[in-house]
Amino acid sequence: MPVSHEISWSRNYDRAKQEAAADKKPLLLDFTAAPM
Amino acid sequence: MADLIATSFHPVRVHVREDAEAWKRLGLELGVQWTPTVLILDSAGVERHRIEGFLPADDFLAQVSLGLAKAAFSRSDFADAEQRYRAIVDAYPNTESAAEALYWAGVSKYKATNDPTALQDTARAFGERYQESSWAKKSSVWRG
Repeated sequence: MPVSHEISWSRNYDRAKQEAAADKKPLLLDFTAAPM
Repeated sequence: MADLIATSFHPVRVHVREDAEAWKRLGLELGVQWTPTVLILDSAGVERHRIEGFLPADDFLAQVSLGLAKAAFSRSDFADAEQRYRAIVDAYPNTESAAEALYWAGVSKYKATNDPTALQDTARAFGERYQESSWAKKSSVWRG
């Protein structure tokens, strides 16, 4: 059975950018005004 | 959709009201003036793809996949980029992204092999599909 992943959104761009530099995974930034 | 984002990216959300400071700073820094906007940045923080406005699920997934392929291309991993571009054509053939992906799949193969037939084959493929797209016009110079 395939594993389904939840998205764990970071709200800290600067930290995510540091993590991306370390593990070479790209960043996806979602700018939104939708109700949370 | 969640699987693709969760496994392939560091996902960051900036809400215009709840994250007002970040919205102001990053909006200026990255030139974002409208929501929804999704940016795909490579691991060095360089923008590789931008999606502005709402899209239905398949179109959105195809666009996100384009971003991943462009990120692979930017790090000169042309074999991975070609595979990702071709997967977009196969999985989302009726989206606007498919023609762009077909074009860049050919470019990626050429960059990986230095074999110009990769470009000629791409131009021929555009003779059979997506003939009205701008990507078909761009590939027309490769016809042998």
